[in-house]
Amino acid sequence: MLETRAYSLIPKMGEKSKPTSLLIRGGHVIDPAARIDAPMDIMLRDGRVTEVAPPNKIRGGAEEKFDARGLIVAPGFIDLHVHLREPGQTYKETIASGTAAAAAGGFTSVCCMPNTTPTIDSQEWVNWLRQPERGAVVNVFPVAAATHASKGAVLTDFRGLQRAGAVAVTDDGRPILDNDIMRECLRLSGELSFPVVQHAEDTRLTENCPMNDGPTSFRLGLRGWKTSAEASIVDRDVQLAQQIPNARLHVAHLSAADSLKAVRRGKRSRARVTCEVTPHHFTLTDEAVDDYDANCKMNPPLRSAADIESLVVALGDGTVDAIATDHAPHASHEKQLEFERAAFGITGLETALGLAITRLHREHKIPLARIVELFTEGPARVFELRGRGSLARGSHADVTIFDPKKRWTFDVSKSRSLSRNSPFDGWQLTGRVIATIVGGRLVYRGE
Amino acid sequence: MKKVARGSLLGIEHLEAAEILKLLQLARRMNPQRPRALLKGKRVVLLFYEPSTRTRSSFEIAAKSMGAMTTLVQSSGSSIEKGESLLDTGYTLRAVGADIIVIRHPLAGAPHLMAQHLDIPVVNAGDGMHEHPSQALLDAYTILKHKKTLKGLHVSIVGDIYHSRVARSACHLLTKFGAKITLCGPPEFVPEVAATLAPGLNVTRHIEEALRGADVITLLRVQKERLSGMKLRLDDYIARYQMTMHRLKIAKRDAIVMHPGPIIRGLELTGEVADCPQSVIVDEVRNGVPTRMAILARAGRSRV
Repeated sequence: MLETRAYSLIPKMGEKSKPTSLLIRGGHVIDPAARIDAPMDIMLRDGRVTEVAPPNKIRGGAEEKFDARGLIVAPGFIDLHVHLREPGQTYKETIASGTAAAAAGGFTSVCCMPNTTPTIDSQEWVNWLRQPERGAVVNVFPVAAATHASKGAVLTDFRGLQRAGAVAVTDDGRPILDNDIMRECLRLSGELSFPVVQHAEDTRLTENCPMNDGPTSFRLGLRGWKTSAEASIVDRDVQLAQQIPNARLHVAHLSAADSLKAVRRGKRSRARVTCEVTPHHFTLTDEAVDDYDANCKMNPPLRSAADIESLVVALGDGTVDAIATDHAPHASHEKQLEFERAAFGITGLETALGLAITRLHREHKIPLARIVELFTEGPARVFELRGRGSLARGSHADVTIFDPKKRWTFDVSKSRSLSRNSPFDGWQLTGRVIATIVGGRLVYRGE
Repeated sequence: MKKVARGSLLGIEHLEAAEILKLLQLARRMNPQRPRALLKGKRVVLLFYEPSTRTRSSFEIAAKSMGAMTTLVQSSGSSIEKGESLLDTGYTLRAVGADIIVIRHPLAGAPHLMAQHLDIPVVNAGDGMHEHPSQALLDAYTILKHKKTLKGLHVSIVGDIYHSRVARSACHLLTKFGAKITLCGPPEFVPEVAATLAPGLNVTRHIEEALRGADVITLLRVQKERLSGMKLRLDDYIARYQMTMHRLKIAKRDAIVMHPGPIIRGLELTGEVADCPQSVIVDEVRNGVPTRMAILARAGRSRV
């Protein structure tokens, strides 16, 4: 039933979208980019924000009205890091199912990673991802491969990929290890203002390491993935970014306290270095692996309590630019295996806001406005998504409406993702998405 | 912890001391020469993904002597070679009528995965670098034949602790009964983190320190290929850590020397130490049978 409601406002294929208007009344707007944190009404018309004004000041009628009393109205959330698994891995996820999960999690834009089958390393595939036939219900921004087939040897056509609509390049799932290749990537990124996203892992040190190195890995008899294997790559990349004019480096799913040092150093030196942190890395420690729970296996792995402490500080103080989910759906047969053989990654779109509010806001007292920033203005700036991440007049009409006090229980069996690999099944969370609006149209309505 | 069938034995870590005592008492009552038919009509599958001499044969003899029927399934020559998953192999064995599965696997946690999805007891016969609970039990059984109690006993474990499931299980078991354990070896074999495994563990790099006052000395096999992966030379290891008759004198006069086998004479110990009166290495193998009889009897009588 929720499904029909969620999709009812989306134009059917081929149907020309009629002009629409939607008035969101009575809510409390938090828009860090526009420095708004106050009760406001918002008018959306023809896919744009046309007016933001104090309560009951907006004149002129709207075809639809949304009563947001008691709710937070924020710019549409942006996820810099998702795996939609299309093309080629549609048994895990499709663009349609992945974006439906995104909508349910309050995300109006997702940036999808290129490690599909085949790898997204050409303009044709970037175009393909963006075609309406894919059935996306939220905006999809492709991140293309930095090297052919992400093999780390030959650079892709950055300029062409950017022209086709890619917002960044990465070999995610694999690092760009070679110094010369990384230097060349960063040089081009500076020229084109086209971020290079690095999966920071020195794979020469992490072979057969399914979890974090520490007491738990020793106890379970598993080889440990040391934080230094991440930090050393972040360190090298920041050094390169400091040397190359305008280089744009974005560190994906930063997990270790050690890696933050290099990011801070880069930011202080005014190098264009950004980073993201996932909800699972600020929520769970490696102890969650407990008795070989493959839903706690991801790359980078869950770290120690001390790492979480440092990540929380960095999320609060501005070192971290964005919360990104690294939503990584896998079929059950890829997870119900011996721990070392199980696939890396978990789903995360539907639990991100709840975890951020529960952990960062309620437990660690990070202000709600900062959390909204990490989901909106922060990520919009990282990939330079113009007209997104803010509700300033003229912006895209992407809005996320949520109840920061609503308690709810995540039930993975009801997930909109095709996959079920979440460690948060049955978790009680505070903070729930009530409505997700993309281009002025309601794409998700929660309770 | 997810629920598993009663009678399963996945590791020592989560076993209560009382449960361990019960198993040891049961093992003491087991007589391999005149066994009782406690497993009459039961089907025990020995599922071995790794080579094994001692563990496999003693589980098999233990099961058969109590009247069970045994089937050996190995990775080569079975559907495992065709790519059948661990769980599907488990479901298949359950469907053909297995009452107990004894599993040896090169990957840590494999028995846990199987036990979490099957309704019959699963016995861990060694999983990767994780645990080898039947070995720890037979070692405790062996120690108690020579020492009155485990409480306060000084136990030194020398060698490649990092890769050793035997060492992990032994540390869990012995510390539950108040033994004091010293782990000894180079950092590559005994990382500092090893001390966090259980309460009351010490780490030392010097064998003399490990041996001083020791009641029990457990030596672990050192694999040459692992040494070559490290910066440690074989002759260095021998010079610093090999158990010799000379070094044995540092320990208490009545100290016993143990080794889970297979032993490599001339590497982790000299032939003289292996054959000396203080060595109980052969007893350990012998004691494997009654201990595994007890483990299987416990598994067989408590089907859910």
